[in-house]
Amino acid sequence: MTALGQTFLVGVLFLFMLSAPTFLSDHQTHILIQILFFAYVSSCWNILGGFAGQLSFGHALFLAVGAYTSTMLLLQFGVSPWIGMLVGGMLAGSLGLFIGYLSFRYGIKGTFFVLVTLAFAEIARIIALNTSAIGGASGLYIPIRGNDFWYLKFVNKAHYYYVIFGLLLVVLAVTAWLERSRTGHRLIAIRENEDAAQALGINSLRYKLLATALSAFLTALGGTFYAHYVTFIDPSTLLNMNLALEITIYSIVGGIGTLLGPLLGAAVLVPIAETVRTELGHNYAGVHLVVYGALLMIIVRYAPEGIIGLIRWLREQWAKSRSLPTHHTSEAKP
Amino acid sequence: MSLLEVQGLTRSFGGLRAVSNLSFAVERGSILGIIGPNGAGKTTTFSLISGFDRPSAGEVLFKGERITGLSPDVICLRGLTRTFQIMQAFPKLTVLQNVMIGAYARHRAVSAARSHATEVLRKLGMAARVEEQARNLTLADLKRLEIAKALATSPELLLLDEVVSGLTPTEVEELVGLIRNVRAGGVTIIMIEHVMQAIMALSDTIVVLHHGEKIFEGPPRQVATNPAVVQAYLGEELALA
Amino acid sequence: MSSALILQAIVSGLLLGGVYSLICVGLTLTFGVMRIINFAHGEFLMVAMYATYFFAVGFKLEPYAAIVVVLPGLFLFGVMVFYFLIRPIQSRDPLNQMLLLVGLSLVLQNGALALFSPDTRALQSSLLYSKIELGDVIVGTPMLIAFAVSIIVTLALYWQLRFTEFGRMIRAATSDRGAAELMGINVNRVNMLSFGMGVGCLGIAAPLMMPVYYVVPDIGTFFILIAFVVVVLGGLGNFVGAMLASFLVAIAQSIGALFMPGSTAPVLPFLLFVLVLLFKPEGLFGRTSR
Repeated sequence: MTALGQTFLVGVLFLFMLSAPTFLSDHQTHILIQILFFAYVSSCWNILGGFAGQLSFGHALFLAVGAYTSTMLLLQFGVSPWIGMLVGGMLAGSLGLFIGYLSFRYGIKGTFFVLVTLAFAEIARIIALNTSAIGGASGLYIPIRGNDFWYLKFVNKAHYYYVIFGLLLVVLAVTAWLERSRTGHRLIAIRENEDAAQALGINSLRYKLLATALSAFLTALGGTFYAHYVTFIDPSTLLNMNLALEITIYSIVGGIGTLLGPLLGAAVLVPIAETVRTELGHNYAGVHLVVYGALLMIIVRYAPEGIIGLIRWLREQWAKSRSLPTHHTSEAKP
Repeated sequence: MSLLEVQGLTRSFGGLRAVSNLSFAVERGSILGIIGPNGAGKTTTFSLISGFDRPSAGEVLFKGERITGLSPDVICLRGLTRTFQIMQAFPKLTVLQNVMIGAYARHRAVSAARSHATEVLRKLGMAARVEEQARNLTLADLKRLEIAKALATSPELLLLDEVVSGLTPTEVEELVGLIRNVRAGGVTIIMIEHVMQAIMALSDTIVVLHHGEKIFEGPPRQVATNPAVVQAYLGEELALA
Repeated sequence: MSSALILQAIVSGLLLGGVYSLICVGLTLTFGVMRIINFAHGEFLMVAMYATYFFAVGFKLEPYAAIVVVLPGLFLFGVMVFYFLIRPIQSRDPLNQMLLLVGLSLVLQNGALALFSPDTRALQSSLLYSKIELGDVIVGTPMLIAFAVSIIVTLALYWQLRFTEFGRMIRAATSDRGAAELMGINVNRVNMLSFGMGVGCLGIAAPLMMPVYYVVPDIGTFFILIAFVVVVLGGLGNFVGAMLASFLVAIAQSIGALFMPGSTAPVLPFLLFVLVLLFKPEGLFGRTSR
């Protein structure tokens, strides 16, 4: 496919996404909103997990910070969630910096970093359950007040759709910038080989912290959206390890460290989850995770670079079979 | 003032001294070769100089300034870059991208980094490989890539760790010529090597390490006849070209 | 705060620690093989607990009888998981291996959810309400049995690791694969068996625990987080460390529950965990020897 062809395809897709709510039913729009929401949150995760190479199983924490901050500000002080969103983002970013600094400064990486993020999320969950000031185990309700943009209240689902669509565009823009900028390239170098990156003048601590703060900040914005779309938040749904895992799966299945991986992952997996839920009849939260878990295993085993990796591989095979001139590929290194 | 001065450098691991009271100086524009039997402390010395390890005692002075204990990235930005004995490329990135990472040390703009990286690769004869993924390269190309990445940081002092080991004699010859060009371009070099053919041909001065201690420092032609050196290498193969 | 309460807390913690130690020692064995923490360990326990439940209910037997089925069953399960899932990707990046196990844990946990619903299931054991009183301290009999058997099994495993030929082979294989192979040890087989043993521990723990706990699909999550904390505290791969840390964590939780507000006591292990990882990553009890 030529570059022009690709641009055309993206353009069509974009137009489709833009106009979707006008010709889709409420339920279908709801599903699309879910896809975009998970694509968004997973893309935020991808900045730290995919680009910086630091897997986190505690991102639900940042989601919760965003949700709770804006909700509390709204309920206690009547602050608009648009502002609450930013405050929540800053808080989450600071928390991310804290956790990141503690970990990276003390050389915690890889599987240990995963456990540290898990530990922090768990600590937060237990504290949240026991803090009645923020609703404790019963959670918080957001009063429904009809149509009010300033309070992120819409009657029409379509408006929620555009909010999350806008957020998704933001994170995609940030990711695209990472892919093309010096900062992003240096971050990727750290992921590929931290020692080598340091030897070439990269302060890996600083870059990892940047990725963590950015990832946390953006994730929290999604938390605010979630709070206002679902109108109810509580520690067991938000600070749930399964949710945290789900976020990572969209990126991993779609293609970790790529621009469109998380979106692709969500676009494929969310409808599957929907189907599983409706077909199976039970409505136990989490049954779709059987499928997610199985797909995760398959991807990790056979296609670690996700769907995007598969597409690339297929294109290479197709190019080879048509005997197009390829670069002189040397033998594999010893 | 010497470009690099190592004073009384010591690195102990519990009771074991990997490097013991090592001192030497490197003048600008010269090539220093470090040789010694396996386990002599050569790579440890590189790690200590480049900031990947902290010495238990001693100082490292670069351009007259103390760099002991500074982190590797800071040292690189000051003009001292090392390569690694075990290839440390960025596996999923292309050759060009690999070298651009090095270029970013001195260039803020992506395009400037790209052109500088391309130039470095051209000088190293790798222009044809720029779009290949690093993980698909041959050993010889990987060695070159390692040098290219380091060169792209525009260093004043380059630490080369066994860049010709494992190569065929022809490949070694090529690389020797390349390193000469690098020196001609104004870069001071310290090399660790086992391949005598290369290090004898290139070095102005040779330092021999044994059990972490310096047992010889002098011109290459004196190395083979020095009794302490021969003693240290007994049991090792001294392949004089 | 009466001393009787504290004493009770310590004793309860001690008993709980016994059970934790069996679970965590199993995790340590699998860590020795994989060099990463088995994320699905908690789900394996859950599977064992459901198996115990259905066996006991189906055959109308005491849960302890289920051991004849659940122990070999879990051992075999562990062996198969290792052979089919883990071995093929053993050379890959540890994060990759961890993700595979995460996937497995999701499948198991939510599969159980789909099959068994989120309802809690508990066993009616004739022993359930019997207890022993030692002065001011009350000890439930099932808990005491669980403690005793767990300790015996854990010590037996330790003895095996330290003093038998097979135990030596396990230690060799986990500390230096290459050297072990040179000595003629079939590392793959040893790894498979010790992984199976690690999972098999859960096959013993589950029948011991069923009279005292209930089982739900996500019971695994609860235990696995504690188990992670314990094995890190004890020093990854350190068998004895895991044993000692189990008691430490259990008692800390127990006493913490007395003093901490609400039900925030569960926070303690995690705080300890983070602190240890930061300042003493080799664990409280030192080197990762085994």
